[in-house]
Amino acid sequence: MRYHTPTTFEDAAQLAARAKGLTRFLAGGTDVLVQMRAGMVQPDDLIDLKKIAGVSEITATDDGGWRIGVAVPGIALGAHEGLCADWPGVVEGMELVGSTQIQGRATLTGNLCNGSPAADSVPGLVAAGASVEITGPDGTRTVPVEDIPVSPGKTALEAGELISAILLPPRGQNAGDAYLRFIPRTEMDIAVVGSAVSLRLDGDTVSDARVALGAVAPTVKLVPEAAEAIIGTTLDESALEALAKAASAACSPIDDKRGTVAFRTEVAGVLTKRAALIAKARAKGDTA
Amino acid sequence: MSKVHVTTSVNGDEVEFLADPRETLLDCLRDHIGLTGSKEGCGTGDCGACSVTLDGALVCSCLVLGVEADGKRVETIEGMADGAELHPLQRKFIEHAALQCGFCTPGILVAAKKLLETNPNPTEEEVRYWLAGNLCRCTGYDKIIRAVMDAAAELRQEAA
Repeated sequence: MRYHTPTTFEDAAQLAARAKGLTRFLAGGTDVLVQMRAGMVQPDDLIDLKKIAGVSEITATDDGGWRIGVAVPGIALGAHEGLCADWPGVVEGMELVGSTQIQGRATLTGNLCNGSPAADSVPGLVAAGASVEITGPDGTRTVPVEDIPVSPGKTALEAGELISAILLPPRGQNAGDAYLRFIPRTEMDIAVVGSAVSLRLDGDTVSDARVALGAVAPTVKLVPEAAEAIIGTTLDESALEALAKAASAACSPIDDKRGTVAFRTEVAGVLTKRAALIAKARAKGDTA
Repeated sequence: MSKVHVTTSVNGDEVEFLADPRETLLDCLRDHIGLTGSKEGCGTGDCGACSVTLDGALVCSCLVLGVEADGKRVETIEGMADGAELHPLQRKFIEHAALQCGFCTPGILVAAKKLLETNPNPTEEEVRYWLAGNLCRCTGYDKIIRAVMDAAAELRQEAA
């Protein structure tokens, strides 16, 4: 295995594009090293991205959003006041990934690129309307987060392409987001269902919303029908029921030892209702 | 397989070693530097027995490559006591008998030390969540939590 430490994303992309064998990019390493250890993946070329300037930084963008470097660990998201104030749902999703030790290394970009339908940080990013900047041998492009995962463990990234930053849009006023997951214990587990809601209020009325579900389909998915069920409402009981119904209807989960199809489908509705209420409270200034 | 020359600081001492890029930081600590206090339980980041800090961040050294430690600052269990003087956490683990086989203990001590540096006055719940990535198959955790709470109180100079 050749270990590379490029200092630009362009060089990283060129290295990957020229590589003949199996290539892996290394940021936090909490998936890659486990896969190497298990013998699932034996890279010929391992491209460590942490020598590239800016990869460990969270920076405010000119439009009022945020640019999150590909090697920013979970612990740095939770420690960033501005990001926590704008996007608490994104931060709480990432903070559910693994233990304190894992939080010291694991990254949003890695969680996304691992391609798990149960990735805890991804529904929050999708609900937030986040996008990723992709650098490839032919330049850069920007793609919505929901278009990255294509099936379990597979992403839309082409050979030689890598994510060079995560971009969160400006939060704006009277808006909030939240992520909830169900696990049968309190910590250190993989989501059986995950649900993220981001919304904006005009007075008491939801003027805009995005809903994303995890672990109930082959990929994390954006559910526009669920958002439509609450836009124009005050999140009254009937709107919440319609939201739950739309969320459940969007589910096509697997049956496994962690949850049955029926259970995951019902819980998706319940969690989405609860996440919407938390998002609303945050939009009204609740900082809990 | 070409080896990579790594220079790093371990418990304040500059050390150099040649690492196969596939070797983990845990392998390098144990096999190249002879610091065998950090243990390999699972090798997959689940058990926390290999916990160290890397530039101040608590990590599983089995999920870091040795080559990634180049130019970084590593703190391990071997750096915890001050000569013959045990760290209060170490002393409290003995007083509370917060270990049986002891395999998980170095990792738990390193993790608990980082907790008390971050939050000198944690609740029991906060201690339990912080240490959720440190598995102990002997004690049932109760004595570990009590020892950490007691050490925290001592470090704050309060009686527990």
